[in-house]
This record gives sequence, structure tokens and C-alpha cells, in this order.
Amino acid sequence: MNERLLRFAPGLFGLLALALWEAAVRLTGVPVYIVPGPIAIVGAFLSDPVGLLMALASTLAVTFTALIAAATLGLAMAVAMSASRLAHAAIMPWAVVLQVTPIVAIAPLIIIWVGDPFASLVVCAVIVAFFPVFANTATGLASVPPELADLFRLYGAGRWRTLTLLRLPAALPYFLSGLRISGGLALVGAVVAEFVAGSGGFASGLAYRILESGYRLQVARMFAALVLLSGAGIVINIGLGKLGDAILRRRGLSAVAGA
Amino acid sequence: MLRIEAVGRRFASGVEALRDVSLDIGAGDFIALLGPSGCGKSTLLRLIAGLDAPDAGRLVWDDGKRPAPGDIGYVFQDATLLPWATAEENVYLPLRLKGTAWSDAAAEVRAALHRVGLAGFESARPGQLSGGMRMRVSIARALVTRPRILLMDEPFAALDEFTRHRLQADLHTVWEQVGCTVVFVTHSIYEAAYLARRIVLMSPRPGRIAREIVSPLAVGPETRLDPAYAALVRTVTTALEGALEAA
Ligand SMILES: Nc1ncnc2c1ncn2[C@@H]1O[C@H](COP(=O)(O)OP(=O)(O)OP(=O)(O)O)[C@@H](O)[C@H]1O
Ligand SMILES: [Mg+2]
Repeated sequence: MNERLLRFAPGLFGLLALALWEAAVRLTGVPVYIVPGPIAIVGAFLSDPVGLLMALASTLAVTFTALIAAATLGLAMAVAMSASRLAHAAIMPWAVVLQVTPIVAIAPLIIIWVGDPFASLVVCAVIVAFFPVFANTATGLASVPPELADLFRLYGAGRWRTLTLLRLPAALPYFLSGLRISGGLALVGAVVAEFVAGSGGFASGLAYRILESGYRLQVARMFAALVLLSGAGIVINIGLGKLGDAILRRRGLSAVAGA
Repeated sequence: MLRIEAVGRRFASGVEALRDVSLDIGAGDFIALLGPSGCGKSTLLRLIAGLDAPDAGRLVWDDGKRPAPGDIGYVFQDATLLPWATAEENVYLPLRLKGTAWSDAAAEVRAALHRVGLAGFESARPGQLSGGMRMRVSIARALVTRPRILLMDEPFAALDEFTRHRLQADLHTVWEQVGCTVVFVTHSIYEAAYLARRIVLMSPRPGRIAREIVSPLAVGPETRLDPAYAALVRTVTTALEGALEAA
């Protein structure tokens, strides 16, 4: 009983909050173009589901392309960095620079340089999503117990064998937990880039719909787009978490906590 | 098989871990390196394994050549298995690193697991095995290349007493069957007295060899109750206390 209550608690709490919200909106009589109630928001979605879902698909296309690129790039750079101290010294500071630079500040530049709208959005999202998967993988590659590294040395294993049979498998849980964080960030990066690009007028993603609705004071539609965005974020986060758990369970491992 | 001649090792931190250590290791020996924590036992083992190099003195192998990969087996205090690999894959690892195909290695791998009493656990992952069983996998892994010398660094220190006694008895049996040379690091007097043919006492800072005691025991099922075993423990204890006092 208690367990079940705990499981349904988030949903119940959400429903309660929505009901209170709807009630408050009705009782106070706030106009719908300032604070719409949940029912108005659902209505806004139902009045143009195709447009909003297409926009969502466009944003997700950027997000997943960026996530795959960030994962590939992060993995490759982490491996390069673990292979040589020189590469480590050369790469690490720049990765941090990339990490601390606000994407909003460089997005306009990227959009001008890259030109192609889709590619420039992807580049922005990659910049935002790159660091967690990169840093986590680097930590994982370095997490090998010294005794195991000694064992490989004892049996004359070269760098390649040590990488493929020891360091990469050891880094897998770290990579996966980095990927989960990067997934959420890729979405954030995509949306931020769309906002910047949106004012340039060539974007088709959800952020653009939000901007557009804002100009027209369609606040309910803004909310509908927002709900789709956070829903997508939640699904990405949970989905990547489950994917990671499944992969690790098949290998008889457990996830790294808080890496 | 190996002569250690006046070997010294001082680390960059300034710690002098070993000074003027000389030891002759004969083929088929079972040597226990016994001494308090920090006296350089692990350091000496790493030097023998070639994982570290001495600053002074030298190691002379009887055939004049440095041992090839697989000539030396190493068992660490923790089992240090690959957690994502099965028992079988863990034992296969040394052969795999030598480039042996699985089809050629499988029989050898299964035999090694069988020898340490783990037949039937080939596809278990380390997480599904007890501490004692993990250590058995680790020993099988060290034996699978048929090493000339087996180095063991406090392999049973983290196990409970019952498991430790079983593993000691089984290790002794395996040693008699396989006939390889064993250098066994421990800080348990009881363990050294039970297992070793030669008990080498080390004193700390800098680590040196204080004394050597040759065991008169013929190990069998009753050894732990044997008065001769108690007498040996007593001799070793007295000698170790003397060595520590002198240091
Ligand atoms: N890589 C290293 N760098 C610096 N000092 C080291 C290193 N390895 C060991 N030492 C030092 O050398 C001394 C001997 O260490 P060693 O590990 O050989 O001792 P030990 O006899 O195996 O001890 P224990 O029984 O605790 O395992 C210690 O004082 C240790 O701090
Ligand atoms: Mg030690």
C-alpha cells in the first residue's frame, strides 16, 4: 500500500496542482492571454496538434543529431586524452573553455559561420551537450584500478589491447551516465539555439513556436509548446537512464553513482 | 631459478623501501615473505614481476633471460577480476593477451578453473561469486599460462578464517600438483608456517631480510593440530620479534 502510494505520488501531486491551478484561474478571473488554465492549454494544443508536433519533431531531430555527435566526439576526445599526457594537457583547458562559454553568446556567431540552419543548430547543441559525456568518459578511462593495469602490463598487453579490453569496458558506466546528462543538455542547447536563430526567422522548432506565440499573445499555445518541451526532456532523461541500466545489467554491472 | 643480488629500491618520495636484499629462489620452492606492514614485501614482489625496477643490485634468472609474459603469475590481495567478464573470460585473459585463440585456450582455461575447485562456475560473473571464489578465479588466472613462478601478495588477507584455511590447503595441493615456484607475501605467521617451505623474515625501514627459517613440516590434513606446527609458529614468532627489536 505504502509502496504504491509512493509510486503514484508524483502523478497525484501533479493532478492536484493542475486542479488547483484551474480553480484559481477560474475563481480570480485572470484573462486567458495572461495566465491560461490547464484546460485552455490542452485546447490550444488540440487546435493545432500537427503544427506543434512537427515543431517538436524538428527540435528532436536537432537534439538527437547533436547527442550522437557529442557522444562520438566526447568518446573520441576522452580516448585521445587518456592515450597521452600531452594530449591531456592540450585538450582539457579548451574543453573547459567550451563548457563555461554561454551558448547564447556564441550562437549568433555560429549561425553566421555555419550558414545551414539545421547544421548551425546542431553545432550549438553539441557545444552544450559535449562536456558531460566527454568528462565522464575521461574519468571512467582513468578509473581502472592500478592492479588491473599492472596485470595487463605483466602479460605484455599493448596500448590497444589495454584500451579495448580494460579501459573502454571500465569506462562504459561512466560514459552512459554522461550520455544521460548530455541528452538533457542537447535539448536545452537545441532550444537555446532555436531562440537565437528564431529571431533570424528560419527556424521551425518548438522554441520558434514559443517566440511566435509570445508575439501574438497566444499564451495558452506558449504553454502547450512548453509542456511538449519538458515532456520531451523527461522522456529523453528517463529513456537514456533505462537504456543505460539495460546495457549495464546485460554486462552484469551497475551504474556509477553521481559520476 | 632466480637470484636476487643486493637489491635496493628508493622511491622518488625519498622512502627507501628495500636495502641490500639478497635471496636465492630455487625451482619448486615455496617461499613466504613475512614481515610487518611497510617493510617492502610488495615492492620486492613487483621487482621480481618486472613491474618495477631496482635502483641497486640486480635480478639474475637462471637462463640469463628476462621472463616472457606468462612465465610469471601474479595474484593480488584483491582478486582484481574484470567485473564485466565471466570467470572463464577472466581466466582466459592472460592467454588472450598472448594472442591464443579461444578454441585453443578453452581446454586449458576449464582445467585451470577445475583445479581451483570452480568447475560449474565458468559463466558466473565476479559479482555472483563469494570473496573466496573470486580469489580462486584469480589463482586460476595466474596458473593458466603455466608460469614458472607464481607471485602472491597477501592473497587471503581479506578473507574470513574458514575460507582462508580452505584456500591455504587447496593452494598447497595445487602447488604440489603443478610444481611451480611460489613466492607468497603475508603478514600472518600462521599462514607462513602452514604453507611455506622457506620462511623469509623481513624487517622494516629500509626493508631487509632479517632471517630465514626452513620448515620441517610435511603439510597434511592434520597439520594445524600438529605440535610441530605449533613449534614452528613459536620459532617464527620469536625470530620475528627479535628481528623487529634489532631494527
Ligand atoms: N610507488 C611508491 N612510491 C612511493 N613510495 C612507495 C611506493 N610503493 C611503496 N612505497 C613505500 O615503500 C614502503 C614499502 O611498501 P610496500 O608496499 O612494499 O610494503 P609492504 O611490506 O607490502 O606493506 P603491506 O604489508 O602494508 O602491504 C612503504 O613505506 C610504502 O609507503
Ligand atoms: Mg604489500
